[in-house]
Amino acid sequence: MTAPTAAPPRQKQDATARDGVRRAVTSRFQQFLAVAGLVAVFVFFSFASPHFLNYSNITSMLFSTVVIGTLALGATFVIVTGGIDLSVGTGMTLCAVMSGVMIVEWGLPVPVGVLGTLLFGGLVGLVNGLNVTFLGLPPFIATLAMMLVAQGLALVISGSAPIYFSEDSGYTGISTGSVIPGADFPNAVLIFAVAAVIGGVVLNKTLLGRYTYSIGSNEEATALSGIDVRKWKIIVYVVSGLFIGLAGVLISARLGSAQPATGMGYELQAIAAVVIGGTSLSGGKGSLTGTVIGALIISVLNNGLQITSVPQEWQNVILGCVIVAAVYADKARKRRAV
Amino acid sequence: MAQAHGAGPGGAREQALLRVQGVSKSFPGVQALQDMRLDLRHGEVLALVGENGAGKSTLMKLLSGIHTPDSGEFFLDGQPCRPEGPRHAQRLGISIIHQEFNLMPDLTVAQNIFIGREPRGRLLLRDGALDDRARELLDRLGLPLEPRWVVGTLTVAQQQMVEIAKALSYDARILIMDEPTAALNDAEVAALHDLIRRFVRPDTGVIYISHRMAELKAVTDRITVIRDGRYVDTLDTADTTMRDVISRMVGRELKTDAGPENVREDRETVLSVRGLSTKTLLEDVSLELRKGEILGIAGLMGSGRTEVARAIVGADPVESGTLTLHGREVAFKNPADAARHRVGYLSEDRKHLGLLVEQDVKANIGLSSLAERFQSFGFVRDGAVRATSREFVEKLRIKTPSVDQTVRNLSGGNQQKVVIAKWLVKDCDVLIFDEPTRGIDVGAKEEIYELLNDLARQGKSIVMISSELPEVLRMSHRVLVMSEGRVTGELTAAEADQETVMAYATRRPDGPSAGKPDGPAPAGTSRSAENPR
Repeated sequence: MTAPTAAPPRQKQDATARDGVRRAVTSRFQQFLAVAGLVAVFVFFSFASPHFLNYSNITSMLFSTVVIGTLALGATFVIVTGGIDLSVGTGMTLCAVMSGVMIVEWGLPVPVGVLGTLLFGGLVGLVNGLNVTFLGLPPFIATLAMMLVAQGLALVISGSAPIYFSEDSGYTGISTGSVIPGADFPNAVLIFAVAAVIGGVVLNKTLLGRYTYSIGSNEEATALSGIDVRKWKIIVYVVSGLFIGLAGVLISARLGSAQPATGMGYELQAIAAVVIGGTSLSGGKGSLTGTVIGALIISVLNNGLQITSVPQEWQNVILGCVIVAAVYADKARKRRAV
Repeated sequence: MAQAHGAGPGGAREQALLRVQGVSKSFPGVQALQDMRLDLRHGEVLALVGENGAGKSTLMKLLSGIHTPDSGEFFLDGQPCRPEGPRHAQRLGISIIHQEFNLMPDLTVAQNIFIGREPRGRLLLRDGALDDRARELLDRLGLPLEPRWVVGTLTVAQQQMVEIAKALSYDARILIMDEPTAALNDAEVAALHDLIRRFVRPDTGVIYISHRMAELKAVTDRITVIRDGRYVDTLDTADTTMRDVISRMVGRELKTDAGPENVREDRETVLSVRGLSTKTLLEDVSLELRKGEILGIAGLMGSGRTEVARAIVGADPVESGTLTLHGREVAFKNPADAARHRVGYLSEDRKHLGLLVEQDVKANIGLSSLAERFQSFGFVRDGAVRATSREFVEKLRIKTPSVDQTVRNLSGGNQQKVVIAKWLVKDCDVLIFDEPTRGIDVGAKEEIYELLNDLARQGKSIVMISSELPEVLRMSHRVLVMSEGRVTGELTAAEADQETVMAYATRRPDGPSAGKPDGPAPAGTSRSAENPR
C-alpha cells in the first residue's frame, strides 16, 4: 500500500519503518495467537482438573502430540506448496504394518526395519507426487485415492490382524524408552523434536524449502523462472511420505503392535494442526513452529477434555470450533492489514 | 472546432446523454485520471482513444462503479449520477463490455445472458422460459446464436456476441465497449459494426474504445483523445486524419533517434528460429536474433506475438520447427530448460507469471539463480542473495525501502524492474520481454526503455513484444510484424512506421482459414490466443 514512487520524503520513510515493525508483528500474530491459545487451554485445564498437571498425564499428552505432530510436519510441506495430503493417516498405518512385516515376519534387524519403513513412507509420497505431477491429478484426489489404497493394503497385508512386536526386540524402546539417564522422558518426544528442527531447517534454509514457498506463492511464475516445478513437488510429497513412515514407526513402537484397522481420521487432525498453526491452505505461507504449536493445542484439548470427563462426541465439536476461531482470527488480521 | 464543446460553463442547452466532468482518480503512486471530461451525445458512437495507461480503463471502472472518483461528477441526461457498482450502473442504463469476457464457459448462451435473473417458478428454474427470452433477444439483435449452445464451444467472435446480448438485455442506453474487435477477423468486425449501428437510436449512445484507426473511421462519429489521465481533445471523425489523432494521443516528440541505430548485419546470430508451428496458432514462424539487437514483434492482439515467445521457451508445446542457439540446435522442454540455456522469458502477465507478489524483493530477485549462484550443499546463502539484491536494486534504481519489502507494495514500474533484475542476476544472453511496460506509468516507462537500450549495448539480445506501436518503433532495431499466427512482414528500423506496420498487422495471411464466422465451432477451433489462460 505504500507504493514508493518518487524518493520518499522523510516523513514517509518513518512511516515505512513503522510499517515494517507492524508487519513483522502482524505476520507473527497468528503464531502469537496460537501460543496464547495454547497457554490459555493449558492453564485452564490445570485448574479444571487435579489430574491434568501430573507427570504421567503430561507424557501421555506429549505422546499423542508426537503422532499427530509428525504427520503434520510433513503435511505442512505439502500444504505450503498449495497442495494437500489426505493419505497421511492411513499411510501411517500401512507403514506401521510394513514395519511389523519386516521386523516380525521377515526377522530383519530393528534398524534395518525402521529404515525400510521410512523408505516405504517415502515411496507412498513418491506415488502421490507422481500422480500429482505426471498424471496431473488434483492433490486432493491423488491423496484421497492413496488414503483408500493404504487403508486397504494395511488390512490385506496384515490379514486384518494386529502384528505384535516382541518385547525383547527393543523396538518399543524407540518410542517408550528414554535415552536421558535418570529421567523417564520418552524417546518419541525427542525424536519428534529433532524431526521438527530438521524439518524447520529444510523449510527455511534450503533450496527445497525456498522452492516449496515459491511454488505455493505462484507456481506458474516459479516455473517460468526456470525452476523444475515438477521435480520439486515430487520431492515435497516424498518428504511428507518420510514423515508418514516416521509416524508409522513411532505409533507402532509405542503400542507395541501395528494396528491395521486404525489410522483414518489422523489426516484431518494433522491438517487441523497445520491450519491452527497459521499455515494457509492456499499455499505460500506457513511455518513448522506454528504446526508444532497447532499439534500441541489439539492434543492438550483432547487430553484436557477427556480428563475433565467431557464426552468424546463433544470433544470433536469443540475442536471444530477451535479451527473456525483460529482461521477466522487469521483472516480478520489479514483484512485489517490490507 | 476542437473547442466546440468543452464543458462550457455557458451551459449548452443541448444535454449530453452522458457527461463526465472534472473527474479525478488516483491510486497509490499513480494519478490515473485528472480533471477528465467527456461528452457522449444522444445517438452517437464516440471513440475513446489513448495510449495504454492513458486512463481509459480507469474511466470505465468509474463508470461501472467498481471504483469511485476522488472528485468530479457524472451526468446522465443532465442528472447527476454516481454508479455504486456494476449492478447499479446497469440499472442506470450503462452497460460495459470488457476486453476480457465475463462468461461462464460451461453454461449455455441463454444461461450466460440471464445469469442472476433466471426466470423461475416457486422452486425450480424454468429453463423453457429462459430459452424463449434468450431467443427473443437474439432474434431482435439479429445474432446468429442458439440459446442452448454451450459458450465454451463458441468462437471468440460468438462469445463477443453473447457479451453484447447480455449487455443489451439490461435495456442499456449507454454501451461501452473496450477493444471489442481485438480478437475478431474482418468479417466479424463488419458484423459487429452492423450491430452497433442497429443499437444506436436517438436515445442511446456508444463509447467505443479501440486502437484500430481504420475502425474509428468506419463506425464512430467523434473521437475523444485522452493522454496520461487527462482530456486532450475531441475531434469529428469525418474531417480528421488518423495522423491528427495519433499525434494527439502520443502528444510528445517520439525520440526516434534514441533507439533504432542500425545493428551491423555482420553481428553474430545468437538465436534463430526456423519454421516454428504450434497446433493452436503459429504457422511457419522464422526469426533471427543478433547479438546486441532489440528485435520488436508487433501485431494485433491474438496475432501470436506472445505465443511465439512461449513456444520458444517451451512453455507451450511446439508441433514443428527448429531452434538454434549460438549455432547449436536446441529444443527447450520447458522454461526451466530455456533458463538453463540462458534464455529468459519475461511474461506480459507480471502478477501471475512473473512475480511472487506476496514475497519480498530479494526472494524474487534471487529465485531463478538460487540453484546455481546462491547455495552450498542445498542450503540457501541468504547473505549472498541479500547482497546481490541490494546491488541490483541500486543498479536498476528500484524504488523500495529495502530488499525485504513485499513486492505487492511496489508500483508497477518497480515490480517490472524486479522481474528484470531476476533475469539479469541469472545473466541471460537472450531476454524475451513480453509487454515490458504494460501498466507502467509514463516516467517509469522511460526508465525501462533506457534499461533495455543499456542491455542491448552490453551485448544482450532482446526480443520485445508489445502492443504499443510507438514503443516498438522507438526501441527496435528490426520489427517483425505478425498476423494470425504468421510473420507477415519484417522491417528495418528505417522502414518501420505506424502505417506500414499496421498494414502488415492487418494483412490476412493467405492459407487455410481459421474457422467459420458462424455456426457453433467444435471445441478447440476457437483460437486459443485470445484466452491464454
